[in-house]
Amino acid sequence: MSGGLALDLLLAASLLWSGWRAVATQDPYRSVVYFIVFGLLMTLAWARLEAPDIALAEAAIGAGLTGALLLDAIDALRSRRRTK
Amino acid sequence: MNSGLVFAMAGTLLFALGTAGVLLVRALFRRILAFNVMGSGAFLVLVGLAQRTGPPDPVTQAMVLTGIVVAVAATALALALVRRLHALTGRLEIQQRNDE
Amino acid sequence: MRAVAVILSAAAFAGIVIAQLLRLSTPVVDLPALVGERIPVSGVAHPVTAVLLNFRGYDTLLEIGVLLLAAVIVLAARGDEPAMNPAALPSAEPPIQMFARATTGPMIVVAVYLLWAGAYQPGGAFQAGAVLAAMAVLLYLAGVTGNWAKPGMALRAGLTGGFLLFLGVAASLLIRGVLLQYPVEHAGQLILLIEAGLTVSLGLILASLFLFLAADPPR
Repeated sequence: MSGGLALDLLLAASLLWSGWRAVATQDPYRSVVYFIVFGLLMTLAWARLEAPDIALAEAAIGAGLTGALLLDAIDALRSRRRTK
Repeated sequence: MNSGLVFAMAGTLLFALGTAGVLLVRALFRRILAFNVMGSGAFLVLVGLAQRTGPPDPVTQAMVLTGIVVAVAATALALALVRRLHALTGRLEIQQRNDE
Repeated sequence: MRAVAVILSAAAFAGIVIAQLLRLSTPVVDLPALVGERIPVSGVAHPVTAVLLNFRGYDTLLEIGVLLLAAVIVLAARGDEPAMNPAALPSAEPPIQMFARATTGPMIVVAVYLLWAGAYQPGGAFQAGAVLAAMAVLLYLAGVTGNWAKPGMALRAGLTGGFLLFLGVAASLLIRGVLLQYPVEHAGQLILLIEAGLTVSLGLILASLFLFLAADPPR
């Protein structure tokens, strides 16, 4: 098994694991953290697939902006529940 | 078995995982996450299959680039609607009429 | 019971698709070669940019329209949310603000570089717009600027400008008979013009997806 293939398999397994944890965790904050990790691992996957344009966009938009949106939404959804 | 096929297979599994999440998870917020996982899986399949033969394919890369940007807009829209639902009704789930 | 059915069918779906994936033969149409032949007439040297802005330019036009629509709906779905728990609002500490202001200049330079370099190497309007959006969100989180709950005329003009510019170029090319068929000698300049408009608009749209809903900063 060559080094590149081993890296790919490891990356794919990490993607599956972090995606699974993002969907299955009960606590919203932890699932967002797993989702950001998923986004960053996707960036590595795009680099392995020789797609640097997609890697740039995934890092900035997929992991960064989506993470910011999700965290902001968690704040809004939590604090309102406390004031009700 | 090159890297393209490995990621295409991982993408298929992620798509299946995301679909199961959208159908089974009750909390709307995590459903949005599952939907994003579905989308990322689909993108991996697109580029992975294109990559299984030699040189990188610019057409599928352009399609996935478009897809990522549209996916973030869809996620933002879904989150805005969930926040509005929560502000109006205080609920974070959609009530099922008949549960099995 | 429903959970078991969904999980089993998802697993079966994945299994069937993977089994077929492994049996695929090489594709009939060789897209990279097709694109590579036509790079010289496309106006740019990077194949992904050529596909995005020239060969499949119509898709990009529709995409920016869809993004604009999403931004408008997010603004409409905002409602009258009262101010949030003050502890969750962005901090206004001077060191963070100074850092945020200091990185504004370099981030604009990086965005312009990504836009310009998109013609020759990985880059282009989407990546540059994402950097601009990140800059705007950073300025909000540091407390330097407020949220965009009430967008003024300048912001609205910026949001729609990219789409209108792209549409204008496409429509003016329609006079020559075909939608979005650039004249070969001006293709590079037209692509750069369209990408510049797209970068500004895309940065504003992506930032507004976050900032339309963000809480009001503390007085």
